[in-house]
Order: sequence, then C-alpha cells, then structure tokens
Amino acid sequence: MNTVGSADNRALVDALTKTGVEIRDGGDADAVAGVRPAYVALPVTAEETAAVMRAADEHDLAVVARGAGTKLDWGIAPYRADVVLDLSRMREVLEHAAGDLVVRVEAGCPLDDLRAVLAEKDQRLALDAPVPGATVGGTLATATSGPLRLAYGTARDLLIGVTMVRADGVLASSGGRVVKNVAGYDLGKLLTGSLGTLGVIVSATFRLHPVPSRRAYVRAPVSGPDRAHAATQAVLGAQAVPSAVEYERGARGGGAAVTVLLEGGADVPARAADVAALLGGGAETRDEPPAGFGAYPVGPDGTLIKLIAPVADLPYVLTALDAAAEATGLDPAVRGSSGVGVLYAGLPGDAAPDDVGAFLAALRGALASRDGSAVVLRAGPEVRDVVGMWGPVAGLGLMRRIKARFDPDHRLAPGRFAGGI
Amino acid sequence: MARRFREIVPDGVITDPAERETYACDGLTYHAAVPALVVLPRTAEQVAAVVRECVAEGVPYVARGSGTGLSGGALPRTDGVLIVTARMRRIIEIDVANQRAVVEPGVTNLAVTKAAAPFGYYYAPDPSSQQVCSIGGNVAENSGGAHCLKYGFTVNHVTGCEIVTPDGEIVQIGGKTAESPGYDLLGAFVGSEGTLGITTKITVKLTRAPQAVKTLLAGFGSTDEAGTAVSEIIGAGIVPAAVEMMDALAIEAAEAAVACGYPEGAGAVLIVELDGAHAAVEHEFAEVERVCRASGAFEIRIAADDHQRGLIWKGRKSAFAAVGRISPAYIVQDGVVPRTALSGVLHRIGELARDSGIRVANVFHAGDGNLHPLVLFDDGVEGEGARAEEVSGAILDLCIEHGGSITGEHGVGVDKSKHMPRMFTEEDLDTMQLVRCAFDARSLCNPGKVFPTPRLCGEAPGVRRGAHPLVESGQAEQF
Repeated sequence: MNTVGSADNRALVDALTKTGVEIRDGGDADAVAGVRPAYVALPVTAEETAAVMRAADEHDLAVVARGAGTKLDWGIAPYRADVVLDLSRMREVLEHAAGDLVVRVEAGCPLDDLRAVLAEKDQRLALDAPVPGATVGGTLATATSGPLRLAYGTARDLLIGVTMVRADGVLASSGGRVVKNVAGYDLGKLLTGSLGTLGVIVSATFRLHPVPSRRAYVRAPVSGPDRAHAATQAVLGAQAVPSAVEYERGARGGGAAVTVLLEGGADVPARAADVAALLGGGAETRDEPPAGFGAYPVGPDGTLIKLIAPVADLPYVLTALDAAAEATGLDPAVRGSSGVGVLYAGLPGDAAPDDVGAFLAALRGALASRDGSAVVLRAGPEVRDVVGMWGPVAGLGLMRRIKARFDPDHRLAPGRFAGGI
Repeated sequence: MARRFREIVPDGVITDPAERETYACDGLTYHAAVPALVVLPRTAEQVAAVVRECVAEGVPYVARGSGTGLSGGALPRTDGVLIVTARMRRIIEIDVANQRAVVEPGVTNLAVTKAAAPFGYYYAPDPSSQQVCSIGGNVAENSGGAHCLKYGFTVNHVTGCEIVTPDGEIVQIGGKTAESPGYDLLGAFVGSEGTLGITTKITVKLTRAPQAVKTLLAGFGSTDEAGTAVSEIIGAGIVPAAVEMMDALAIEAAEAAVACGYPEGAGAVLIVELDGAHAAVEHEFAEVERVCRASGAFEIRIAADDHQRGLIWKGRKSAFAAVGRISPAYIVQDGVVPRTALSGVLHRIGELARDSGIRVANVFHAGDGNLHPLVLFDDGVEGEGARAEEVSGAILDLCIEHGGSITGEHGVGVDKSKHMPRMFTEEDLDTMQLVRCAFDARSLCNPGKVFPTPRLCGEAPGVRRGAHPLVESGQAEQF
C-alpha cells in the first residue's frame, strides 16, 4: 500500500475543511487500486462536490470519485489519488416522472434503491447491474451493462441528461429531462465509461421502460462454438424479439449453453415456444433466470476481460479463447451477450501474471483481424503490473485531446484510463 | 484554392456563381449564403485533402449531404468552402449475419432500408425526409423520426464512423462491433451538427423487420381526449412503435392536400402503430383500441393491409407540405415537452394563436412530446412574418418552461443557436465548447452553428503537471 502525491499539510486541511464538506483521513479501505488517498470527502450536494473540486484545483490535488466502491480497482491504478470524493451520501431519487417514463437521480444512489422506487410504478431502468451494490454514478463511469443491452442498449443509450462537476469545480449539464432532444453536445455519452477521468457525475436523468408482466428464460445446451453461433443467429434472425441472448460456459468448457430472455405479457409463452423450437432438443423454459444469469464469470478477485467482436464472429472468438487457454494452461469461464458480440472471460485471481499476459496477447492477436478487442476491466495488482489493460485503442489522439481540454492538470483519476489518460 | 481543389477532385469543383447559388441554403430556406466554392469529393482521401487545404489557408468549411436539414446546419459561408457528399453514395456492404450496413455518407436513408429489405431487415430511424435525406446528414443531426419512440435515434443505430477530423486526418471510430474501447467518441460525434468533422463512411445497425405491424387511426373530439388516450396507452406499459397526433387545423390542411379522408369533424386524430412479434402485437393492440374508446374516440379505423396503412400515414406524412394549401407561408417549429405537459402546452399554444391572430396547426410525435407546430402567416401582409416569428419563439419558451427542449430532431444549427442560452447555462455551453475545441481548435469546421456566440479555443492546453512519471520518462506506456 503506498500513498502517492500525499499532501497532508495544514493549509490543505484548512482549504478542504472550509468547503464545509465533511472530510476524514483516508485509510487502507479507501485505497484506489492500491493507492491510498490522504483524505475522503463526503459531500451531500452537487455544490459541495464542486467546492471540493475547486479546493483540489487550488491545491493541486488528484481526485478519484467513488460511489459504492464496488469497481474502484477497475482500470489502471491512478498514479495520484489525494482525495476520494465519496458520493454515497448523494443518494436521492430527485424526480420520478412516471407519466413521462423519466427519472432524475443523484449519482450516489444505489441501483437497487432506484429499482425499488421505480417498481412502485411498475417501471424500471432497463440496465443490468452485473456487480451487486453498484450506484448510478459508478455504473455510468464504468459503463457496465448486462443481458438487457440487446433490447435496450447500454447506459449511454438510456441516459438523457447529466450534471457533472468539472476538474476546475464548475458545475455543468447537458441533455435534459425529455427523451427526444438534440440541443447541444451530449456530454453524458463522453462521461459514460470514462472511469471518472473527465468529470465527476453528480446526477443523471434516464429514460425508463415498463416492467414486463411476464418473462421466460429459454435455455439450451450447446455442444461447441459452432452450435453456440447457430443458436444465436437463429434467434436473432427469427421474429421472437428477445430481450437478451446470452452465452455461458464454465471452466474446462463445461456446461456451455445459450439462454434467451423473452419479456412481455400474455404473449410470452407463445414466443418462448417459438424460441424453444429454434433451439431444438434440450431447450428448457423457466420463469426464473438460470443461476449466474447476467453476472460476471469470475469473482471480485479474478481477472475480468471484456471481449468485443462482431456478432457473427462468435465461433471465431470462442475458438480463439480455447486456443489461448490451451497455450497457457489457463481455464477461463465465459459468459456474456452472444447476441450483441460482447463476452466476458474470467480467470482466477491466483493465475500466474505471465500466463495471463500470454493469454491476453494470444486473444488480442486473434481479435485484431476481426476489429475486435480484449480489454481487462479488472485485475489484481500483480497482473495489472505486467499486462496492458486496454490493448490497442482507436482514436486515442482525439481522446487525449478531450482529456487535455476537460482536465488539463490531470487531476481526475490520473492514469486510470487508456493511453495513460 | 479552386485550382488546388481541382488537383484533388478534378471534376468536382464548382466556381460558377449561378451553380453555387443552388447550394445557398438547406431545408431552412430563409437563411441563405452563397458559398465561395463548392467541392464534390468522391473519397475520404479527397475530403481529407480538401479539409487540409482549408486548414492551411485558414478558410472555414461546411459539409452538406442532401440539404434537407431544417435548422440551417448546412448553411454555407460566403467566405468558405462547401463540401458536398452527394457523390459518395455507395452502399459498401449489407452484412446480414452482423446486422450491419456499411454506407457512404451520401446514401439516402431509405436506400439503406431498401437494400436491407430483401434480407428481412431495415434501418430503423425514419425522418420524414427519408426518401432524400442522407445518412451523413442523419449522423450530423442525430435524426429521429416517427418511430424513434420505440427504436431510438440515429445515435442508437450507428456503431461506426470513418471521420475526417478538422485536422484533415482520417480516423475510424467504432465499426461493426457493439462498442469500442475508450471514450465514446461516436456518442460525441453523432449529433454534433457537422462541427466536429465530416463522416465519410458509416456503419449502421440493421433491425429485423417485425413479424407484425398494426396501425390504428382514431378520431377524437379534442386534443385533450387524444392526449388522455396517449397517457393511458403509455401508462398501460405499452411502448408503441409510433404515436402521432394532428389537430383540427392540421387535419384540414392534410384533407385539402391529399384527401386523406380522416374522420369527419375530428378535433384531433391519433395514429398508433404497434410492431413486433405477432402474439405481442395482437395482445397490446386490443388494449390500445380499448383505451382509445374509453378516452372518447368516436371513430376507430384499423389498417387491414399495407395499402390501408399507407392511407392512414398519408395525411400525417404530408402535413408539413400540406399547410401550404391553407396558408401562403409557414414556419415549422420543433420543440419538446414532457409528455404529461402536452395538454397544457397545447392550450397555451391555442391562446398564443388567438391573442396574436396567427394560426398554428399542430402535428406531433405525441408519444415523446415532440411538437411540430406549424405557424401560418401571409408574407404578403406587412408585419405578419414578424408576428409569426414571435409566436414561434413563444412556443419554444413554453417548451423550456415545461422542462423540455428547443429541438427534438431538427437540430440547433443557425436557427436556434440564439435560444441555447435559454436552455443551458453559460457553464454548460462552455463545457460543450471544450469538446468542440478538442476536435477543432481552429474553429473552421462548420463555424457559427449550435453555439450562440463564436468562441475562441485559445491555446490547446498543455499538460502542465504531466502524465505518469514513467510514461513521461519513456519507461512505460500505459494502455
């Protein structure tokens, strides 16, 4: 555990205290991927958050925003983290306009809390939370998504307005509270997935969807990559309008299956029967999700890799995974949205870092020819030190220029993002 | 410059004043400016070379697709170059297995759907100009359409763009994959109204053509009743493909133009379209019909086939042009209010019309609160144009007052840049400007659009306190 760039002096404490925001010393539990902050700030309003950022700007402090802290070790370890800006006290659902199918919510609100509020009106934010306990802000900053993305897109598609605090402490918004709106640039899309490197999200407005009255999960075993591909393509090309088409397989290639989620009303059983017929023998239909549906294939201590490729390259990706596994002796568990072309591979946390590096290199080599990518979302420190987390990133020059405009002093989670951003 | 452009695009440089004049405006005809030069490149390399030439000379440039935009986004500069993508109209690939099409920017929106149709797919965003508007223009404007209530906008359907940056570089962002690592550059680019660069190749999602489509036309006594029906439908948890409303004056215009035969004496008509799996559509359609009757619909027609569906849509799709039959001139407004505020806002628009003596016909995407009031006036009558402008502006005020937007799909362009400060704070606009400056520090790419006052980007900020020490010292590269 090391504290980089710590700046614990009197003037600084005074400056932070003067913001009126509750400040406490950072401890080991506050470390951001191993970097312990000197302070934790606990603002309760957007204005307080802005005040902390202004103080940080004046005193040259690096800041990492935190929601529930469930994905704080995602990305690369920041090279400075003086202050953790803890937004967990900003957890209000500010406005649920049920008639407009819109909700405005503070960044620190846990998705579970939001779900409960929306459910009172039979509505939902159609965005899965693959990591339990995540907040709205953390979900946006990491752009996590799950099975429902096939039908509803990801956070960037559901976010219609955002308010952020800039690196210089200025509050700014884009979008609004209506779904249809093309006025001005969409800052929300830039912030989504930026790992807190462009601004601190303080509130967000989402479009909502009705909660379906019925669901069916049709699950069928698939014997190999080609069968998985055939099942996925058959469902996508049919007329069942699935909400999700998921693939999973355990370690040692065991228990490979495709699961199709259908949502709706009284029509669901008929559509599920159509899908079951498409998937052929062995298809089972249930009302409840199969175990692990939508979860990552590895626990919080493992190495989590996101594999992105065109949908039709599924057999190629699965075969490449097998080849990389064989070459390294590693045994990845795989799960993800085969209907979208986004899979997750998980490796145990105790896998030898060099093996993980070789595994990644093999995968990236294979994916490069298909415009695919393999990004390490999360890895332990030993692995993080030896592998490139991002791999090749197209448009990095533009990304660096955006960072330079938004955060010229590299104050926000510096070094956490691609290309040293 | 014309000479150098001819070296880049030998047969695609227009200098003749009369020919240049035909490019003086887009669909918003009351803003016009004859461009100093017009270039019609055929390749991304040519676009890039033209942009680099403009950069070298410090000359502003504007990109234009089919010129159907309704906010003056493609309004040229008299001191600048107009880069027209109309000759870049190849459909490069229809990739069914990946549900993608790869097209050049000059390809029309409908051409994508037509090319995908034989495979059972279509391109979902459907602006009403879809027969002529270009995909490149759709990307610039983040175009919507009647069906975006269910399917979303252009930004939800574009997965890749090859762009020529304002530095004249060709950069590929995204592709056939659902997403790409790094910042969401595509999300920033789509809808930036041509101010962040020029797209030269676009990868779009293709959507499976629905198994069933069912369309209903309901006549109501008033827009209030029709509005109640809309709220009830949404409240029932149904997400229709489209919900469109027209008021009495808009119906009158449509009847005069295309004799669409809508229910006689209706104060409002509602078009509701459902699509999807057969079983789902049947189930929900019964509910929609019930809700319409309960809300006071005095006549309901259900399209039995494609021909009848076409008839139902005919009146709606002709509405903008149709008001030409009942008024010498008109302004097409585009504002958004929360759906629940629709009824109140329509009443206020009615009051505005009465008080000013300026008639307003209302045609709108009721499902998402996107109003298209048509403000009618006689440009032969002294001062009426100015009064119509006032009414049109006051309608936008209503939208902002109710927490809506000054534009739902037409864009800000030159037309509404002056209204931006009413919707956004100075800080909001400054922050958007950071994006602008990151892409185009020289402010030569479609300058004067979107933002109310021209701003300078200043020095591109240096990295004052530096990157990671290891990166800086060359010992490591972080990815």
